[in-house]
Amino acid sequence: MSDTHAQSVAFVRDTMLPEQAPPVSEAGVVKWMRENLFPGPVNALLTILAIYFVYKIVAGALPWFWNGVWTTSSLAECREVLNGATGGCFSVLTERWNQLLFGFKYPSEQYWRPLSAFILLVVAVAPVLFFSLPRKMLIFTGLYPFLAYWLIWGGTILAPLFGLIGLVVAFMVFRRVEGRGFATAALAGLVTAVVVWWLGGLLAAALPGALALDPVPSRDMGGFMLNMILGTVCVSLSLPIGILLALGRQSHMPIIKWICVVFIEFIRGVPLITLLFVANVVLSYFFPPETNLDLIIRVIIMITAFASAYIAEVIRGGLAALPRGQYEAADSLGLDYAQSMRLIILPQALKISIPGIVNVAVGLFKDTTLVSVISMFDLVGMIRGPILASTEWNGVYWELWGFAVVTFFVVCYGISQYSQWLERQLQRDHH
Amino acid sequence: MKKSVFFGALTVAGLTAGAAAAATLDDVKARGQLNCGVTTGLVGFAAPDANGNWEGFDVGVCRAVAAAVLGDASAVEFVPTTGKTRFTALASGEVDMLARNTTWTFSRDVDLKFEFTGINYYDGQGFMVPKALGVSSAKELDGATVCIQTGTTTELNLADYFRSNNISYEPVPIETNSEAQPLYLEGACDVYTTDASGLAATRAAFENPGDHVILPEIISKEPLGPLVRHGDNNWGDVVRWTLNALVAAEELGVTSANIDELANGTNNPEVNRLLGTEGTLGEMLGLDSDWAMRAIKAGGNYGELFEKNIGENTPIGLARGLNAQWTDGGLLYSPPFR
Repeated sequence: MSDTHAQSVAFVRDTMLPEQAPPVSEAGVVKWMRENLFPGPVNALLTILAIYFVYKIVAGALPWFWNGVWTTSSLAECREVLNGATGGCFSVLTERWNQLLFGFKYPSEQYWRPLSAFILLVVAVAPVLFFSLPRKMLIFTGLYPFLAYWLIWGGTILAPLFGLIGLVVAFMVFRRVEGRGFATAALAGLVTAVVVWWLGGLLAAALPGALALDPVPSRDMGGFMLNMILGTVCVSLSLPIGILLALGRQSHMPIIKWICVVFIEFIRGVPLITLLFVANVVLSYFFPPETNLDLIIRVIIMITAFASAYIAEVIRGGLAALPRGQYEAADSLGLDYAQSMRLIILPQALKISIPGIVNVAVGLFKDTTLVSVISMFDLVGMIRGPILASTEWNGVYWELWGFAVVTFFVVCYGISQYSQWLERQLQRDHH
Repeated sequence: MKKSVFFGALTVAGLTAGAAAAATLDDVKARGQLNCGVTTGLVGFAAPDANGNWEGFDVGVCRAVAAAVLGDASAVEFVPTTGKTRFTALASGEVDMLARNTTWTFSRDVDLKFEFTGINYYDGQGFMVPKALGVSSAKELDGATVCIQTGTTTELNLADYFRSNNISYEPVPIETNSEAQPLYLEGACDVYTTDASGLAATRAAFENPGDHVILPEIISKEPLGPLVRHGDNNWGDVVRWTLNALVAAEELGVTSANIDELANGTNNPEVNRLLGTEGTLGEMLGLDSDWAMRAIKAGGNYGELFEKNIGENTPIGLARGLNAQWTDGGLLYSPPFR
């Protein structure tokens, strides 16, 4: 600063003012509240109303949780302990915990079997869900269905073992004969598998004690375990079947196309509960009284058929969304049908279809509770039937249904979070 | 009507399919296990406990039959059925007998081709209302909303009763008793109607049972009993006379406590015939001589089963009422064992 104008200018600031804190109303919590909660009279009113309702709900629900009784052995005792105070009777969950998880007939000393099957399920599914895991883990995923069957249903290990061997041998035969045409190879593979299974059946029947676990009949499955079994099996079966149906529906071969169209349209036009009633009631008229096909298998077939029809339509949407140029590009590279689908079309179509597929999977998992209507004791069936009908727990509702809600929410929310993560992972465009 | 024709047709189809396996008694013996259809859960009548063992009044009948036929009261596979699946389960041969508080009606007996083998509980349909409603008779229920289980005889009785009394109602359909309870308590319906035994059991589970009254009108006859398929009379006889043995045992003073003593022989020839120390009744049924003894030992005689599962000392607290022996003014009357 020079002195040139020292006389003509009254005051010259020669230092910076220190930085001031912003006004209270423009910073921090107050600003956030002003902008988000009370920007105007109407919104302020709504906010206050909302806070009031939240308070009411919390004030009502908190003592109910806080005073909850966990150790009594009947509802009457609960009421005695509470003595008129508000409180949940969570004893029903502790006393019937195993029944809620495993149903009331699964032998209690064998609970470790479904439990370890569940833990192994996590290991088996992990490499499918997360691509960064070592690919060798997929070997275990392939073995898992047979292992889980052996763990949950018990019996000799020979039965699932030969099921596996049959598939492996059939695949090897298929690869060997593949050069002579797809149909011949598929037929040869099928024949081999049937022969191996037949031999395995004979052997398993002859040696029922080989590495055997106590067999548990399907009728004894129940609780959340049944929902998990139905959900996992049906989702994993319906995905490949759905892909085949979607491709079949686009096929140029009229018979295949019509079979797929009729199947999809028929199944989609029928409510799931009707299919379940058919599985339970009507199918048994077509079998001789003694040869009853397992009820779980009948139900799995029906739910899988239902889910695959929906997944097929979702994937068809994905296929239709691909530009025609992609198909032509595949053709111009000289790829045959199977190669072009596997390498070019499906990876893109499936990526587009992920939200839809997950939607179907979540819906399907929740729909497994419908089996309670055909007197199977899944989680909902256990609550509706045996637990609420017992003399001790007749009249406990909120606690049981709340438990069911939380259990299903955890699983379904997990699935949906995973799918969002997956979509971000597969993002290839840069917006 | 169409529905019953459809089910009738299904039943016929089931019977022809099951014709090859007509001798149910032989099947049960060969299997070593009785398949007994029960409810998916009804307080006091059939429900599994915390350890998964079925308990209840209807369950007691299944166990008695299993004990009589197979000598083991635990050799029963309980097949839970809903109101909608019960008849197809029996007709298709999935179960050997149904002990599922099923009302004996003409059309079920004749049209659906079943055979009711007796009555183990005389019930009747009643109404429960909150005391605050200030109603003292079912005839004052004009315009009420009524919770009612679908697919049961109570639904039809209700329509008949209101129509014949020229009053209107609004039905709230529900699937099971356990759904009705919260709906009724929350006030979704003014009235809950079902069999009087069910009403008593439901009321007993309320926090304040005193706030609710069961109206005096009983609007229907609901004879509940076990049933089997048409066309296998021998098996029907086994189930019928096992039930009769339980009833007769109470009448004759035979209990699970004194049965071993009485089995050594008594002065009462009917007791002796019942317990197989005299005569050949068991042989005529195709069973051995102490079949009835095993049936009674399984869970006690009729009175003991009643007291243990639904009697006045249980939370359900039903009085014997119509279900007392004929000698006490009730309707239980077993034909003679002769």
